[in-house]
Order: sequence, then C-alpha cells, then structure tokens
Amino acid sequence: MMWIRSFLRGWLIAAALIAPMHAIHAAELAPAAILAALASDDNTARNEAIGQLGLLASPGGADILAALAGGQLLLTADGTLLIRRGNEAVNCATGDTVSVPADAQPISLNNRLRRSLQAAQASSELFSTNVATRFAAAQRLQKEGDPARAPAIKRALEGEQDPEVRQALNIALAASSVKSPDADERLHAVALMGDSMDPAFRPVLSAMLAQGANGAPAETDARVRAAATKAISQIDKHQTVVSWVGNLFYGISLGSVLLLAALGLAITFGLMGVINMAHGELLMIGAYSTYVVQLLFKSMAPQWLNWYVVVALPVAFILTALVGMALERTVIRWLYGRPLETLLATWGISLCLMQAVRSIFGAQNVEVANPSWLTGGVTVLGNLVLTYNRIVIIGFAFAVVAVVWLVLNYTRLGLFVRAITQNRRMADCVGVATGRVDMLAFGLGSGIAGLAGVALSQLGNVGPDLGRGYIVDSFMVVVLGGVGQLAGTVVAALGLGALNKFIEPFWGAVIAKIVILLIIVLFVQKRPQGLFAPKGRSVE
Amino acid sequence: MNAATRSSTLSYESGTLFSAKAWAGIVAVAALFAALPALNLIFPPGHSLYVSAFAIALIGKFMCYAMAALALDLVWGYAGILSLGHGLFFALGGYGMGMYLMRSGKPSPDIVPDFMTFLSWKTYPWFWSFTEHFWYAMLLVLIVPGLLAFIFGYFAFRSRIKGVYFSIITQALTFAAMLLFFRNETGFGGNNGFTDFKRILGFDITSPQTRAVLYWTTLAALVGSLVLGRAVMQSKLGRVLTAIRDAESRLRFLGYEPLGFKLFVWTLSAVICGIAGALYVPQVGIINPGEMSTENSIEMVIWVATGGRGTLIGPIIGAGTINGLKTWFTSVFPEFWLYALGLIFVLVTLFLPQGIVGLVRKLGRGDKGQSS
Repeated sequence: MMWIRSFLRGWLIAAALIAPMHAIHAAELAPAAILAALASDDNTARNEAIGQLGLLASPGGADILAALAGGQLLLTADGTLLIRRGNEAVNCATGDTVSVPADAQPISLNNRLRRSLQAAQASSELFSTNVATRFAAAQRLQKEGDPARAPAIKRALEGEQDPEVRQALNIALAASSVKSPDADERLHAVALMGDSMDPAFRPVLSAMLAQGANGAPAETDARVRAAATKAISQIDKHQTVVSWVGNLFYGISLGSVLLLAALGLAITFGLMGVINMAHGELLMIGAYSTYVVQLLFKSMAPQWLNWYVVVALPVAFILTALVGMALERTVIRWLYGRPLETLLATWGISLCLMQAVRSIFGAQNVEVANPSWLTGGVTVLGNLVLTYNRIVIIGFAFAVVAVVWLVLNYTRLGLFVRAITQNRRMADCVGVATGRVDMLAFGLGSGIAGLAGVALSQLGNVGPDLGRGYIVDSFMVVVLGGVGQLAGTVVAALGLGALNKFIEPFWGAVIAKIVILLIIVLFVQKRPQGLFAPKGRSVE
Repeated sequence: MNAATRSSTLSYESGTLFSAKAWAGIVAVAALFAALPALNLIFPPGHSLYVSAFAIALIGKFMCYAMAALALDLVWGYAGILSLGHGLFFALGGYGMGMYLMRSGKPSPDIVPDFMTFLSWKTYPWFWSFTEHFWYAMLLVLIVPGLLAFIFGYFAFRSRIKGVYFSIITQALTFAAMLLFFRNETGFGGNNGFTDFKRILGFDITSPQTRAVLYWTTLAALVGSLVLGRAVMQSKLGRVLTAIRDAESRLRFLGYEPLGFKLFVWTLSAVICGIAGALYVPQVGIINPGEMSTENSIEMVIWVATGGRGTLIGPIIGAGTINGLKTWFTSVFPEFWLYALGLIFVLVTLFLPQGIVGLVRKLGRGDKGQSS
C-alpha cells in the first residue's frame, strides 16, 4: 500500500506544480487533481491536497481552505466538492452556484489535517493581495521554521515586489532551509539568520553548535559552524543594544513621569520652602478628572470619545489649580516660616482628599481607557515595542517644561515668582504682592500636578492611593535637582528614572529603590544644595 | 522651628528632675493604671469593678504608642529634628521580639517557620541566629534600631541635612525598608510578617497573668523613659539640644559641634522606640511590614503634636487621645476616621501649635492673670 500512497503523493505534487502554469478555467476554484484528492477518503492524499491548495497563487485556493476550516466545505456522494454559502453552495470544480444537495456532508478533519490546514492557510496568505497580510504570514513562517515550507516561500519570493515582505520572506526561507541537507543552503540560511538579528533564531543556531550524543557537533560542516558562531555573536550584540535602548526608553519614560510629578512640587517648594504632602493627591485628582471627562464623553459625545484626553487636560489643570489655591488660602498661608508644620497640615489634607475620593468613587480602581491613538506602539530594532502612550507622555512632559519655562521667564508672574524665590523680603519691599503671587504660583504648581495626573491615568491604575507612591519619589527629584532650578529638576528626574530602569534588571525594583535612596543620601553629602545649587547671597 | 522658640515650657533652673507635685501626679497616674490588670485578675467578669481583657490589651497597646511618641518628642520637641521614620525603629524592635516569640512557640527552636519552608530554607539565616535566646533577641531589639539610627544619623547630620529634607529622607528610608520587608525572600516573613506566638519565657502568652505582667512591664518602661527623657533634657546636654533647635548656626558660632549631640538624642530616641515596638508585639500578637508604612510614622508625629511637643508628658497624652479617638471612630463611624484624622492634623497645626499641654498651661496662666 505504501508505494501506492507515495506514488499518488508524487503525482499530486507534480500535478499541482504544473497546474498554475496552465490557464485555470475561469470559474474553476482549484485544479481538478487537487479537488479529486481532497474528495478522496485517503487522509494522506487529502493532506497533500491541502498543502497544494496553500501554494496556489489564486484566491480560489484560499476560499476552499477557509471553507474547510469553517466546516463549510461539503462533499456529495458522487465526489463533488461544494462551498456552502447560506442556503446555496458553489461548486468548486465549475464555480456554479447550486442549491445544497440533500446528501452533501461537511468534510470532517482529524488533528493532522487540521494542522496542515492551518499551515496551508498561512502559506496561501503569502499570495494575498494585501501587503500587510503577506508580511504577517511571512513573519509567522519565520517562527515556524518548517523545512516543508521552503518551496512555498521560494514561490512567493519569485512574485514578491514589496521590499519589506521580501526581507521577511528571506528570513523565513532561512529559518525553514537551515535543516536542509545541502551545506551551502545551510550556510546561506545561517548567514541570513545572523543578518536578521532576530533572537528567535538563537536556539536554532546554538543547537547547531551543541555537542551531539557522540561528542561531535550537531552541525557537520565546519564553515557552517563558523558562520553560526558569527551569527550568534551578531544576534547577541544586537540584543545588548536592544536591552540598552529599551532601558533607556523606559528610563526616560519613568523620568518624564517623575518630571511631571515633581515639577509642580519644585515650584512650590522653591518659592515657599513648603513641602506639599497633598501634592500626590493633586495628581490623583487630575487622574480622576480624566476619568470623569471620559464618562461624560461616553454618555454625551461617544463619537468624540477618542479625544477625551485632550479635553481632560484643561479640566484637570483648572480643577487642581483651584484646589491648590484654596489650600494655599485656607491652610498653608497661616503656616509660613513653619515648614514642618506645613508638612503635617498638608498630610492631613491629603488624608481628607483621599477619603473624599474613596467616598465618591469607591475604594476600587476606576477604569480609564487609552484612546485608540494612544494604544499600540512602534516596533524598533526588530523586537522592541515603544508604546505610543509612553512616547506621547515623554513629549508632553517636555512640552509642559517648556511652557513652565516660558511662564517663569517671560511673564510678569514668572518674574515675581523668581524674585520671591531669590529674596522674599526684598521682593515684598519693592512692591511685589507676595501673597497674591504665592497663591497663583501654588495654583500653577497644583495645576501641573493635575496635568501629570492625566498623564498617569494613561499609564497605570487610577485609584485613591495613586498619589502616595509618587510623593517620596518626587521629593527625591527636588532634593537632587536643587531648589528653584528647572534644569535641575529635569536632569534629576530623567537621571533618577534612567538609573532606576538600569538597576532594575540586575537587582529588582525594590533594591533599585533602596540603592537610589542611598545614592541620594551620599550625593547630598557632597552637594547639600542639589545638582544645580543657587550661587551667591541667596544661599542660606 | 521658631514657633517652638516661643515656648517657655522648660525650667532649666531647677536641678531636680520633677517638682514634688509632678512626682506625685506621675506616681498617682501610674498607680491608677497599674491597678487595672489587678482588677482584671481579681474580679470575675460582670462585676462592677471588672476590667475586660480587651481594655487591658488596648491600654497596653496605647502605652507602647505613648513610648514611641515620647521617643519622637525627644528628637522633634527638643532637638527640632522631625522624623517621619520612627515607625521603622518601632517595627525593627517588634521584629526582634517577634522572631524570638515565634521560635519559642515551636516544639524546637530550630524548626523553621512556614515562610522559610516555602523558600526551602532548612536553617535560620545568619541574621536570625541565636534569636531563640531571649537575652540575645532583646539585645537585637536595642542594637538594631540604635545602630541603624546611628549610621543613618551620622551621614545625615554630618552633611547638615535639616528640616523638611531630613524628614522626607527618613520617610524614604522607612518606605524602602517596608518594601524590603514585604519581599518574601528577604527572610522577614513577607506580607504576613511574624505571628502565631504561643509562649514567652515559657509562659503562655494568652493567659491573663502573662498579659498583666506584659502590661506592667510596658508601664514601667514608659515611666522609665519619661524619667530618662526628663533627666536628659534637664542636663546641660538637653540645653544644648534645645539650642540646636532654636538657633543651630548661632550655636555653631559659639564653638559647639552639633553632630554629637544630635546623634546622641537621635540614637536614644530610636532605641526607646525599638523597645516600645518589642513590648507592642507580644501584646498584639503580630508584626508585619504594615507597621513601617509611611502613614504610621506620620501618625506618631500627630500624637506628639496633639499632646504638645517639647513637654514629654504631652506625647503620652496625645498618643492616648488620638488612639482612643481612633478606636471609637473605627468602631462607630469607620468611614469618617480618615476625615477626622486629617482634620486633627490641620487644626492642631493651625490652632494648637503647643498641643493640649500648651493649651492647658495657657488657660492656667490666663486664670492666674485674672485672679491676681
């Protein structure tokens, strides 16, 4: 029986390879030989036929495969194949639409057939008219690395025009031909793998270099072994670059969040020497106002839902600025010159704010969804995903810094703020309304916290204790950056963020925090006034 | 800082620790509190003089808090150093005691607790060795918070980290330590901490007699720290500390190096706080990293502020008042407790800068002024 089967298989392959060269009948979905094999009750022949369908560069093959996968491919007693379309059916051999015969039964699949069906569908996607589908299919084949796919990939390469898809196909070909018996082909495949720098190939390559059971390397050809070693080092080098770039990106991202959180704190601390322990709760209010804006958009303007974040920014800014100014007027104003007491009073306020949010919104986290333009990300260096929300927040943080810089340097309020930071008494003497400026500056600092809250809501959970985690970190930024120095705050925030992310992979997040704390304590030994210490008489 | 300058609460002239009236008051109040467990032991439940075991445990707990507050008052009230990290020293003392209690409750002290079994540790790690001996565990209770405070304080005070900077760095230290203790693999029991205590020095830890002894020990320790604190603050050293609080730069110009003074009071405070933690654990039956949370440490500060800082007796009153309120609120209006606590923070700092003791003194003076 075996010889009959292998004969049949050979014949079918031959028929299928020849088939596309003939002009297929306009209405015919697939060559008759393949259809016949599919209709037979021999599972091996069916298996082959499914494979052939995957190689057909025609939409008909894909149609049949999809129908087979969906259980819509029917077989009548006389061996006719039909694709069910509702109450009617399409005859695969003629393309005619007929009514479904009574004796038509769906073709059932066993596991083996189902596997080859999946593979065949993937191959047939290589011939899709859609570039993205072809690219995705090529990428999937790279992962599979099945030598049986090599012919399909080669065929696809012949007709492929798009350079990106061609490159992906080349790599897929390498993955599938690396087990080829031909040493030259293997050599070529290994070189391609090295050039692709895809870490997915590393196990394959190291398996080639590994010692077999008899002590000899698995790969017999010395040239291929040398190429494999080179390819591995290429891949490893690339991975090092990727992890550095990744750490840098996530470090800058964390830094930008810290920057947003610390910026407002730096302004109020620099101006009034006041630690606002409720600053974290202002972040939280900003995040919750994002949530409320999102709810309002959902119920009132669902078509604009994608842009709720843009509206949330001014809402959060104004709301938190008002809260901040109210705090300044009612509590902090009365505690000037008593920074430790201010710390306690603002802590009390933070407790009340947290509990208020718990009473209104519940103790659970609320759901703030990213709008579609903030979901997903760009893939760089092969396998590093930089998410859009982080990229946008990095840009946003710098935009906020730029605006704050402009406000401080080119507005009347900024002038007054700088004057008071340098010498409160003298500013008061020359007629600066220090009380009013304090209030406005406190409002500005709090408003920035609100903006930071909007940004935070796009990155993580929004809950009543959102702010708690940031107060210590933000103050570390202020300590490190020095008082009243925007540049110091920026450098300190980004530096701490990056440092954190570079330590984390080695020692974990907790040790990273402790190490950073120690670094700050030691740093303050050397420069008690921070990175960018003010010079001159204003120094205490 | 300069608000405290205005306080005229300290009488440096007298060489004696307390006036006769103060001594009488302390002895009377201490005797009153000492009688409570006796009432619990003597009278049967239901009797009008019976004091419930719950009340004894609660007051015992409050006295530990009061000790911690007293320790905080030494640094904040007198030396002007606001620590937001005293919960760490309290918890460290508690962990030392907790480890001893956990080991002494097991059939053999070499049996490792469950959390170590889960880590597949067969023996106790080096830093817990010898903790099956009570004396050694007590030594740890004294040394670990003291040493940590000494090292941290040395670096912080040497570089003249002051005011809010120092406060926030102590907070960060506590926060980092809490994260470390929350980890399972560090050998501190992770989230659950140490619990399941059965025996202390061979006595059943749940029996009323043991509880009474623990209570009396705590009371004695509290009164002892009060007397010690008073002795320190009445001495010349105490005057230098107050001078540091009021005008550190001026003191420096006069030729004093504040580092040693600050370091001494800071370390002393940490040790007292550690003892309070060690006494706290057997009475509540558990120690976990939650004790190191930043909230707890700041709450200690408000005990001191409410009672009146720089008065030694004030923090004890404050700890009792706030915790009494907390117990009442959390059983009657649990959702309003944080509002109340927040308001206390704000109102005390705004309207009661000298705390309850300051208010009483002011009223007392006011009355005298009217009568004379």
